Amino acid sequence: MAEVKFEEALKRLEKIVDELERGELSLDEALKKYQEGIELSRMCNQRLESAKKKIELLTKNKKGEFELKPLEENKED
Amino acid sequence: MAQAEDRHIYTVSQLTQDIKNILENTFIELWVEGEVSGLNKHFASGTIFFSLKDETSLIKCVIFNTMASSLKFDLKDGMKIICFGRVGVYEKDGRYQLYVRRVEPKGLGALQLALEQLKEKLQKEGLFAEEHKKPIPYLPSRIGLVTSLSGAAINDIFKVLDERYKDVHIIVNPVRVQGDGAKEEIAAAIKDFNDFNLQVIKNERIEVMIVGRGGGSVEDLWAFNEEIVARAIYASTIPVISAVGHERDWSIADLVADLRAPTPSAAAEQVIPRKEDLRRRLNEYCQGLELSFKNKVYFLFQELEDFEKRLQINLTHLARLNKERLAAAVKKLSLLNPQAALIQHREKIKQYNFRIGLAVTNRFKFKEAGLQKASSRLNSLSPLNILSRGYSIVFKFPQGEIIKDIRELKIQDQLKLRLHRGEIRARVEEVLNG
Repeated sequence: MAEVKFEEALKRLEKIVDELERGELSLDEALKKYQEGIELSRMCNQRLESAKKKIELLTKNKKGEFELKPLEENKED
Repeated sequence: MAQAEDRHIYTVSQLTQDIKNILENTFIELWVEGEVSGLNKHFASGTIFFSLKDETSLIKCVIFNTMASSLKFDLKDGMKIICFGRVGVYEKDGRYQLYVRRVEPKGLGALQLALEQLKEKLQKEGLFAEEHKKPIPYLPSRIGLVTSLSGAAINDIFKVLDERYKDVHIIVNPVRVQGDGAKEEIAAAIKDFNDFNLQVIKNERIEVMIVGRGGGSVEDLWAFNEEIVARAIYASTIPVISAVGHERDWSIADLVADLRAPTPSAAAEQVIPRKEDLRRRLNEYCQGLELSFKNKVYFLFQELEDFEKRLQINLTHLARLNKERLAAAVKKLSLLNPQAALIQHREKIKQYNFRIGLAVTNRFKFKEAGLQKASSRLNSLSPLNILSRGYSIVFKFPQGEIIKDIRELKIQDQLKLRLHRGEIRARVEEVLNG
């Protein structure tokens, strides 16, 4: 669950809302979806507030393999 | 050695003045042709600054606002023109320039012409085709960036990132964006990202890349008009957003790219959403979630209530129906009640009794009438009456039988004789045959 991407969680949430709004689910299913939706929204909110940017440089080593190195911004942050 | 008095030492101003005199008196009125470059309109004054150049040389030009407003067409970088004017010297900068009074276009500039030709070729090959364009992912986790580390673009993009949703991994593949080798580096960097994607797992792949640079002259942006760059963008399996220069500049890279952003900032804004937008979306979903679930429960309650009501109605109906049936049955039953029959019968009996009584009374009355008649007749036939006429009745004594035949008598039998008045006791003396 922790590996779910923000975007996927958001999409899943959107789908759940859509399904609920169509109102074709049984009460049991609706309850399950509702709980999942609440869980997803909580996770998304957390993810949204705690997000950190990550900037890296793509470089090639001597063997010609790709390597990622952190890039220091040469600007005041 | 020249003597001091032989030496003529200019001041900068004197020299400049002399140069000015020579130039301005020599090039009073002239025509010159060249390609426009570095066009810059001074907005407040309306004065236009640009350069005229050819393969090897360049001359600065100025069109003052009074002349500029009489221009029949918009000057553009790369445009070949013929200018009429004079050469002047701007003492402060030690710069000579052409003060242009008239401008005439002269076909297309060489660069521009080349550009048009390449455009046409790539267009025919389908490099700009809409159906080849890939969709841009909405919330990419990894964004590739092909630009210069020292340019304005990268800082513009970082600035956007700082203001927005930061859960983004940006990977920069630094390149030169102008000058020799720029086009090759840009093309190679685009290919690098595609190769990189082949080497990492799906979750670590670059989902979209921004290729571009900040604004500059037509020459500065030229790398993005090169065929090699266009083909690299076309070949990329990663969606490419082009972001070359300012809003007005359309490069060939812009035409091939899956999405053209007017500036690097705009490109970043395309793929890095605003935090508030995400928050709002999340809130909307949360509200939708609550509302739709509530609606669901409400709906079910309503349904339940409805069922209850219908059940109630059915029960009431059923009860009433049964009640009616019962009443009907009771009525029917009461019709069958023997009591009623009994009463009826009793009534009938009464009637009969009455009728019988009546009949009997009548009968009696009738009989009485008859009886009176009969008794009067009877009277006339009464033995007592007969006795009065001298007859007597003989009874056996003490038995009291009436004697009608002498054979009933023996000698010495006691007899009682009834006369009209009184009785006689007697004894049989003799029996004679009658």
